[in-house]
Amino acid sequence: MRRPHDFHGGIYPPERKSLSNTRPLRRATIPDQLVIPLSQHIGAPAKAIVAPGEDVLGGQRLTDLAGLPVHAPTSGTIVAIEDRVIPHASGMSAPCIVIDCDGQDRWLDLEPWPDYRERDPAAVVARLHEAGIAGLGGAGFPTFRKLSSARPGQIRTLIINGTECEPYITADDILMRERARELVLGIEILAWLCEPKEILLGVEDNKPDAVRALESALTEIQTPIELVVFPTKYPSGGEKQLIEILTGQQVPTGGLPADIGILCQNVGTAVAVHDSVLLGRPLVSRITTVTGEAVTEPGNFEVLLGTPMKQLLADAGYREAPRQRLIMGGPMMGVTISSTECPVIKTTNCLLVPSAKELPANASPQACIRCGLCAEACPATLLPQQLYWYARAQDQDQLEAHQLFDCIECGACSYVCPSHIPLVQYYRASKAAIIEQRADTAKSDRARERFEARQERLEQAAAEKEAKRAARKRAAAAKALDAGGDDPIKAAIERAQARKAAQETSPASAGDAAREKIQRIEARLEKARAKLAADDGSDATITAALTKAVETTEKKLTTARAELDAANDPKEQTP
Amino acid sequence: MGSLVSDYPFVAALAAMVALGVVFGAVLGFASIRFRAEGNPIADQINAILPQTQCGQCGHPGCRPYAEAIAAGEAINKCPPGGEAGIQALADLLDVEPIPLDAEHGEESVKSTAFIIEDDCIGCTKCIQACPVDAIVGAAKQMHTVIVDECTGCDLCVDPCPVDCIEMRPVVTTLATWHWDLPRADVRPLIIATDAERVSTGERAA
Ligand code: SF4
Ligand code: SF4
Ligand code: SF4
Ligand code: SF4
Repeated sequence: MRRPHDFHGGIYPPERKSLSNTRPLRRATIPDQLVIPLSQHIGAPAKAIVAPGEDVLGGQRLTDLAGLPVHAPTSGTIVAIEDRVIPHASGMSAPCIVIDCDGQDRWLDLEPWPDYRERDPAAVVARLHEAGIAGLGGAGFPTFRKLSSARPGQIRTLIINGTECEPYITADDILMRERARELVLGIEILAWLCEPKEILLGVEDNKPDAVRALESALTEIQTPIELVVFPTKYPSGGEKQLIEILTGQQVPTGGLPADIGILCQNVGTAVAVHDSVLLGRPLVSRITTVTGEAVTEPGNFEVLLGTPMKQLLADAGYREAPRQRLIMGGPMMGVTISSTECPVIKTTNCLLVPSAKELPANASPQACIRCGLCAEACPATLLPQQLYWYARAQDQDQLEAHQLFDCIECGACSYVCPSHIPLVQYYRASKAAIIEQRADTAKSDRARERFEARQERLEQAAAEKEAKRAARKRAAAAKALDAGGDDPIKAAIERAQARKAAQETSPASAGDAAREKIQRIEARLEKARAKLAADDGSDATITAALTKAVETTEKKLTTARAELDAANDPKEQTP
Repeated sequence: MGSLVSDYPFVAALAAMVALGVVFGAVLGFASIRFRAEGNPIADQINAILPQTQCGQCGHPGCRPYAEAIAAGEAINKCPPGGEAGIQALADLLDVEPIPLDAEHGEESVKSTAFIIEDDCIGCTKCIQACPVDAIVGAAKQMHTVIVDECTGCDLCVDPCPVDCIEMRPVVTTLATWHWDLPRADVRPLIIATDAERVSTGERAA
């Protein structure tokens, strides 16, 4: 048997897995209404191909194939396609398809492909796309894209991730116990698609039941899959960490596993691949752990995507309480969810509802004492303390030089920090700031190019005009021609300058600014009225537009005056 | 010749130095003409820092002219879109003290982009002519619209519009642009970490 390697750092948080993995898998209640976000991963959102009022059957595709499609998890009627709050750290809303379920669970005729090996691999990958299969372990990256981006023969090692290293979560554990056979068959499909030299299935040693189930499935089905069991340590389930454990190889900074010939897939994804290819079933449900001391019957549920979280929580015996925290994911990397109305999505592996005693809010952060514990814990061999200082100083060059983007946001550093510094928040914010900065630079570069191109064009046009003018002048020397070439930017800038000059008596208060605004609008109104008066009425649309302009400007003037009154009121009445 | 050198070593050394000086001087002089740097490298570096909004608030017809003016000694605090961060970057580049933004040229405001109320647009093309970055598309007597991705928010198209149908709208955060903020010192972090064992239970969020 293969000897597993170790990776740098890591921590041993309390596992709390027995809370949820002692009960068998249950089926969640089919709710009255399902809410399915159109887009469940980063990238272009899919477009709906159904309309409100339409009846749908279970398994029916609801969106086009531009992105990763979503499907109807059961039969019912589309009642709306509208913005609903989605499970995202921002607490924002996004377009969702809302289905009223009819409770009959009628399905499309499925088309199983037991003979997939006789088909074109590209057709099988297309089926995975069509079935909406996404990575069920992490960020929900489309599986077909991961498979089709690897060159033929590039993948030497296929790694199946059954680690589930985060505390509390047992969804993959239950999946491996209850669906080991399907898992092995799903892995075989993935292996057939990418033709690796070796297939490794990695599981942490805190799941003995799952290991036993897998061993018996592997003896039953003859396959080259190698099961590797290794010691439990957080975060061994991180893609790069698992690769190091199983192969001893390190993914280069900024690189992808494919660069060293490795493809990683989660066990849940492999089962979804089995379901879509061998059964013809698209991804419409998943296993989700519901756990924490605030539920009376924690456990794992096979739940339809789109089920409101509150329904699933009720199945686990949760009664809504004020100020209760709801976390999607685990206690290390999960995000706090703003509302129990949020639906379960493809990446919802766990709902954690801890009691206040179990998972209190962090203590107030203290100053960094440079103890170095964070660097010892960091599985990416970064220097979290240095990154923290640079993040506070917003020194983006140094952050990048210290490989900020290698941080997997595992939270190991925050966990060990004796000063309770929310280190990961600093890194997340800094990453976002750097990405935003890059986008801004790209945009301003574009603006510069466009400005310069335009400048050149205007100069050229002016030169041409000038040449023509000179020619005309020569031809008809008597006539002095109007020089023309009124440069609109200059004119606009002169206007802006004039405006600034008028502001010379610098507006001191909000009132002055408002008065200023009124003056501007009045000037504009005058202009508009003059234009209307000068209009000869030859073109009805222009006359109408000008009249409308006068009206809107008048309206703006009234609002501005009201604003001024509002701004002045409190101040001027109290002398 | 050999005896001359040994008889007058000082003169010989002097002659050698002069000869070397003439040769190197000629080489340098030639190089300075042959390899003259195109344009104005300092102005280029300054221009790379300016936000390229091209709004003219600095009193110059665009960022490039202001960059050249700064290279020629003008104050670095006249660009409101660049704001304090821009002034700081310029101060770092030019190795001078940062100074506060000159209020005469306007204030740092929220990012916005132009929006044309398309129903009201009469297709006069005046805004197209005013836009410094060609971010407006349209044709005479046809409805015009703003390419939001290219609009720098410079405000120059608002005044020329005869029917007042262009508005500056603040850029809103969408799901795609949302991101985490730096933790604030006054707010207890909500970050998750399995820290039940090490936090005293008295220390709980209110
Ligand atoms: S969150 Fe980032 S910096 Fe902290 S331990 Fe994990 S990988 Fe290292
Ligand atoms: S663990 Fe915390 S206190 Fe210690 S060096 Fe890292 S950031 Fe500083
Ligand atoms: S004020 Fe406007 S034109 Fe001047 S440098 Fe700043 S962005 Fe460019
Ligand atoms: S559309 Fe208007 S605000 Fe935007 S860049 Fe052009 S002129 Fe400036």
